[in-house]
Amino acid sequence: MKVDQTKPLEYSTEQNNLNILGFWMFLGAEIMLFATLFASYFTLEGRTGSGPSGSEIFEIMPVIFETFILLTSSFTIGLGVHAMRLMNKKATIAFFSITLLLGLAFVGFEVVEFFTYIEEGAALQTSAFTSILLSTLGTHGAHVTFGLFWGLFILIQIKKRGLTPETANKSFIFSLYWHFLDVVWIFIFSFVYLKGMM
Amino acid sequence: MDFFDRFAIPHPSPVIYASMVAITLTLVAIVAGVTYTKKWGYLWREWLTTVDHKRIGMMYLISALLMLFRGGADAIMMRAQTALPENTLLDSQHYNEIFTTHGVVMIIFMAMAFIMALMNFVVPLQIGARDVAFPRLNALSFWLYFWGAMLFNISFVIGGSPDAGWTSYFPLAGNEFSQSVGTNYYMIAIQIAGLGTLITGINFIVTILKMRAPGMTLMKMPMFTWSALITNLIIVFAFPVLTVALAMGTIDRLFGGNFFTTTDGGMDMLWANLFWVWGHPEVYILILPAFGIYSEIIPTFARRNLYGYKSMVASIVLISVLSFVVWVHHFFTMGQGAMVNSIFSITTMAIAIPTGIKIFNWLFTLWKGKITITVPMLYSLGFIPIFTIGGVTGVMLGMSAADYQYHNTMFLVAHFHLVIIPGVVFAMLAGLTYWWPKMFGFMLNERIGKLSFWLISIGTCVAFFPMFISGLDGQARRMYTYSEATGFGIWNMISFVGAIMLAAGFVTIVYNIYYSTRYASRDISSDPWDARSLEWATHTPVPDYNFAITPQVNSSEAFWDSKKNGHKLFPGEYKEIHMPNNSGVPFIMSAIFFVLGFALVFSIWILAVIALLGIFACLAHRSFEQDHGYHIPVEEVKETEEKLGGARQ
Repeated sequence: MKVDQTKPLEYSTEQNNLNILGFWMFLGAEIMLFATLFASYFTLEGRTGSGPSGSEIFEIMPVIFETFILLTSSFTIGLGVHAMRLMNKKATIAFFSITLLLGLAFVGFEVVEFFTYIEEGAALQTSAFTSILLSTLGTHGAHVTFGLFWGLFILIQIKKRGLTPETANKSFIFSLYWHFLDVVWIFIFSFVYLKGMM
Repeated sequence: MDFFDRFAIPHPSPVIYASMVAITLTLVAIVAGVTYTKKWGYLWREWLTTVDHKRIGMMYLISALLMLFRGGADAIMMRAQTALPENTLLDSQHYNEIFTTHGVVMIIFMAMAFIMALMNFVVPLQIGARDVAFPRLNALSFWLYFWGAMLFNISFVIGGSPDAGWTSYFPLAGNEFSQSVGTNYYMIAIQIAGLGTLITGINFIVTILKMRAPGMTLMKMPMFTWSALITNLIIVFAFPVLTVALAMGTIDRLFGGNFFTTTDGGMDMLWANLFWVWGHPEVYILILPAFGIYSEIIPTFARRNLYGYKSMVASIVLISVLSFVVWVHHFFTMGQGAMVNSIFSITTMAIAIPTGIKIFNWLFTLWKGKITITVPMLYSLGFIPIFTIGGVTGVMLGMSAADYQYHNTMFLVAHFHLVIIPGVVFAMLAGLTYWWPKMFGFMLNERIGKLSFWLISIGTCVAFFPMFISGLDGQARRMYTYSEATGFGIWNMISFVGAIMLAAGFVTIVYNIYYSTRYASRDISSDPWDARSLEWATHTPVPDYNFAITPQVNSSEAFWDSKKNGHKLFPGEYKEIHMPNNSGVPFIMSAIFFVLGFALVFSIWILAVIALLGIFACLAHRSFEQDHGYHIPVEEVKETEEKLGGARQ
């Protein structure tokens, strides 16, 4: 394996470059996935049948919390990648751990939110609106949950193997994933919750 | 008892029971055969765990041919049923199941696999690469496709086939009107195979963008590689839409969601839109690689470089953009109003412009060329007129006002078969014959090949031209029978004769493969067609590492230049070559996907959870795995090269 010392660790081998470009392509597919969900959401938004509408079930405070937590986690993972570039293993692990804990808190809030909706009579089966609402939020939530495990595995690898071209590459790609989920959340926050509450 | 009821077929017939027996016997025969010849180890080490793009291509090829015959059997049954008025060969339910599975199998499991087969085999060779960017993901793609196809194909013996058409329009495909598990199979099997396709898309984009031989700029790439690049871009942007649509359909069917229902705010037209937002680009995912293949074959056998290379590239790019903005033409008559129809009518007809440019470029390539008539060339020449007829009738259908006459009639069926068959099937057979010597080390017999060509091309015309007439006369598609007074009888009978010819053509192809395997000469050079692109510059059979020395490219036809103008293609010395290790995980993980799919189809939740955990375990295993592949030492490379007929320097 040829390691190019002039480049940051995550870009230092040929395979690393391929991995990162491949992941950007994957993110392109993810953009299409969420775009389709959003398009469907806007189509079905008003089709509430006999169930509740968005303004009846959305509450601003939990959503503000969730947003705050997720945005912070995106910031801390940025710090983690920065620490990784400085080859500071301890700080990298610390910031990645904080990111994952924040992600866990976010998922926790979301689970509570889902139970509240179902209690209020807005289940997956209630209407077209609740179906697409819970599917869109659920897809994002499932991505975050998947990310928690993925991130945890990478964390263990950094701890055991140190900052190598391989672990750095994985961490960097994971950070791209995490930032992407944050961007999607900003859209959810603006166009699902804020718009729905207006 | 309840347990067996769930897996029973809802509409049994003797044919299905006979198939069950046949499937069981075949499986037993395969298992017994492999055990008897002690080939399990070989099968596992060399094929099931392989990450070599060439072998994956071959496995795609075999799967595609098998699916061609499965879909073909459906087609023959359909044509036989409608050959006579008031025929009672099949009942309406059975007919519904057959046209549904014919469509799905042919598009998703045959045509896509055929394209993947040629793309996998040819693209890395054409760009002078050692393998694809992510060899292991490539294996995963294939096995996901394979197990998805298997899941779909067991539907007709366990639980019942899908019967709501290959478009699976809701509310027809909803629980209310499709009560058997058939449509569950549709939703989940396509989802699994689609995941594989998406991974291929990502893999090949990165491969083509990053792994080209030095000197091969984008505008020096062979046309087939260009078409593969654009096709994969379409895949990455179109398949996620299908993923979402299928997931929504699954939620509706399994969990009582309300996306596409007619009550509680559900919107059935959303399915139609999402399906065709994927479905129309899908048409171009099928046709663009075919265009690429013709652009390789026509210059080779006209002994001239491709006319208008730049305009060829530009028109593929333009087609790929337009492919995303025409989907509404699939439902002009479903009430979106004159303005919307007009816009989509115009974008639809606009596709004829870049396509026309390509047709003229091929004709100009032929003009003043020294044409040799070989089997691949015959398919390419046959493609031009038949495809043009299919294409022009497409423009007719694209006129939204006139579409009220053609919509949902046999006219449409004739149109799309007359573009898909010459466009995809001819191209794939041409590509198959053309690249066969590179794949397997011998040529297919030309005389039998020509017979297949004539049977298939005449069969296509005989089978589908009459449908233009019966369609304009008002014969609706998907009708399982009609009365004698309609006068459709004669046209359907002619179609049936054409279908038999087509079937005979495909049988001769199989015979050709058998015959050539036995009798064809193994003593062929690495470049039997005197071709122009890089895949012919390496040995036949292609060594594991493709090229001992990475080729140096300086024009769009570097290999041709090296033969005619003395361009040095392989500069430098042998170096040790890095290769990826084989892995069983892609196969195992995809097999678990099959289990997951089966569990979901029948709502067996415990099994589904276990399967999900299994998939998760595979992913976790991959995350922690450290696998840097291995190196082939210089001496071994030298030895292999000399054994294959002279070292390349």
